[in-house]
Amino acid sequence: MPKKKNKTKQRIIPGSEAIREGLIEAAKKDRNVIFQAEGVSDPSSVYGTTKNLEKIFNKKRIIEMPLSENAMTGVAIGASFLGKRPIISLHRVEFALLALEQIINNAAKSHYTSMGQHSVPIVIRLIVGRGWGQGPEHSQSLENLFSMIPGLKVITPTFPADAKGMIISAIEDNNPVVVIEHRWCHYIKGHVPNKYYKSQIKEPIKIKNGKDVTIVANSLNVIECLFVAKILKKYKINIDLFDLRVCRPLELGKIKKSVKKTGKLITVDLGSKILGIGSEIVSEITSSCFNYLKKPPIRIGMPDYPTPSSRGYLKNHYPDKRKIINELSKLFPIIKKNYKSIMIEIDKESKKLPIDVPDPSFKGPF
Amino acid sequence: MLFIRLVEEMIAEKYKEQKMRCPVHLSIGQEAAAVGVCNALSKKDRIFSTHRSHSHYLAKNGDLKKMLAEIYGKLSGCCGGRGGSMHLFDKSAGVTASVPLVSSSIALATGSALNSKINNTKEVTISFLGDGSVEEGIFHESLNFASINKLPIIYVCENNLYSVYTHLNERQPLRSFNKLGEAHAVKSITCDGNNVSKVNEITLKLLKECKKNKGPFLLTLNTYRHREHCGPNYDNNIGYRTEKEFKHWKKKDPILVFKKELIRKYKFNEKNFDNLSKSLTKKISIAFKYAEKSKLPNPSLISKYVYA
Ligand SMILES: Cc1ncc(C[n+]2csc(CCOP(=O)(O)OP(=O)(O)O)c2C)c(N)n1
Ligand SMILES: [Mg+2]
Repeated sequence: MPKKKNKTKQRIIPGSEAIREGLIEAAKKDRNVIFQAEGVSDPSSVYGTTKNLEKIFNKKRIIEMPLSENAMTGVAIGASFLGKRPIISLHRVEFALLALEQIINNAAKSHYTSMGQHSVPIVIRLIVGRGWGQGPEHSQSLENLFSMIPGLKVITPTFPADAKGMIISAIEDNNPVVVIEHRWCHYIKGHVPNKYYKSQIKEPIKIKNGKDVTIVANSLNVIECLFVAKILKKYKINIDLFDLRVCRPLELGKIKKSVKKTGKLITVDLGSKILGIGSEIVSEITSSCFNYLKKPPIRIGMPDYPTPSSRGYLKNHYPDKRKIINELSKLFPIIKKNYKSIMIEIDKESKKLPIDVPDPSFKGPF
Repeated sequence: MLFIRLVEEMIAEKYKEQKMRCPVHLSIGQEAAAVGVCNALSKKDRIFSTHRSHSHYLAKNGDLKKMLAEIYGKLSGCCGGRGGSMHLFDKSAGVTASVPLVSSSIALATGSALNSKINNTKEVTISFLGDGSVEEGIFHESLNFASINKLPIIYVCENNLYSVYTHLNERQPLRSFNKLGEAHAVKSITCDGNNVSKVNEITLKLLKECKKNKGPFLLTLNTYRHREHCGPNYDNNIGYRTEKEFKHWKKKDPILVFKKELIRKYKFNEKNFDNLSKSLTKKISIAFKYAEKSKLPNPSLISKYVYA
């Protein structure tokens, strides 16, 4: 988005606030929207995203959810058959694992098996808990797990303004939409319009125009890629950078067009590299744009083992700027030649933050 | 009990140094449950715990140094820094597993009891759970299975009235926890969870029954957590519970209750108490030093142990 000069018109808020606005706007517009969460109105209110809803809406629409993820997902699906638009918010992606049967069978397939007589307009918000030693069972993103399932939509918002619009679109959508929110993206600040608006949840968005290499990333990794793009511009490498946003349905028209121009493709997954969304993208692009590819496509993503708690293990674990540069250096000799100075530049420009916190304000404890 | 209290108070004190970089769920105020139960067990008996695992682990004689090192994220920790505070275990002490997902370990504990039953060995399994746990289906599925198979297991529900910031009354109807067990034909008892002697006495009885193939049991212990759900601080200021409620339970602090009992029955006095605190604090400080000095794991170890 181009920077506006008129600063008074900019309303800068963090991603978590933008998401909350999206929830509120959608619920104001449609009385069928109802909310479910564990601690939906408690002092923390799902990282602030469901704060004070009970003050704005009829209390019947704000449902405190017992620790019954499986049943309560089914409850939401059942209510949605009859016209409600439930939004379930879970503090961690992993809590949805208890509800996989409901999500994969009933949510994803009821429209299909009923030959369109039922629809399941529910939104399942799942938050990726990375950071502060959350450990192997509290920090996964698992977007590829949900993206396997026909009938579900899976989105991964990155920037605040887009996140608000995507949330509204997800709520208006007549299909079950799984929203994978990275809690580090909750801290990203940006201008967010103060009104009801939708952002499409159909395809990626190009966020940087370049002719040299196509990079497709999502969620937090988009930020890493933007950083890389900025540094490499000085070396005359221009990245055609896409925020994937929507993992399912996977609409690759724009990516194909880009690869036909650049001949080079890198994917950066939030979750695992193996059997990740990037695997599917690379496979599709290889099938359809084989003759345009000048180099073998490259996938970056989480490695093939769990994420432990201790920060000691985590050096080189996440797909960060350094990893992306390393992979890019296989495509561009100029990066290899200037490797040291590029790395120094990265160090200089990086916020000096420990590996396990999203923001200087973050001090734990969870 | 005092030992566990002092360990956790030191965790709370040192947490602000930002060297313990994982969530910590303290049991301060709930120690009588862990100690009353675990003190009745033998080394061979096994326990399973939750996200709030420190007190269970220590009460079952889990290694303090390894626990602290784990919380500090060190290679010398009980999981080598892989799990953090919510995954504590010490196999040799019979702390088989702690699992951070609510209710997840209830089924594991049931499996442990099934093993004893098949092997015809006499050890008993304890499944520690919170009042929130009974809202998950897996609690009921596990009790049903344990009941039809008469498994040697005691499900110990620590009812501290809250799941995070939400009071029990907002999550469950008014009824006793005993009824939940009884619905599965599991004999169920509720008792004051802040009275360590009572908890101990009842546990000993139930253990005997379990060994005579008269398990399983559901034991509900009413108690209260003094600090915030997760983290080192008090949180009465944020408004989900009242100062009055807090003070009411503070008066029933399990350590105070037991101290009074000791004074009444065994000529115990304040000076004994101070001396005990001092000697325990010394031991605990040494363990903290060990944890702080231990090395962080090397990143190259991260890919180990994915497969057996
Ligand atoms: C399946 C699942 N849902 C939600 C959570 C988040 N969570 C962690 S602890 C907790 C509260 C559990 O309450 P209770 O069982 O009473 O234990 P207490 O914290 O009071 O010891 C919740 C909801 C989780 N860890 N796992
Ligand atoms: Mg509780």
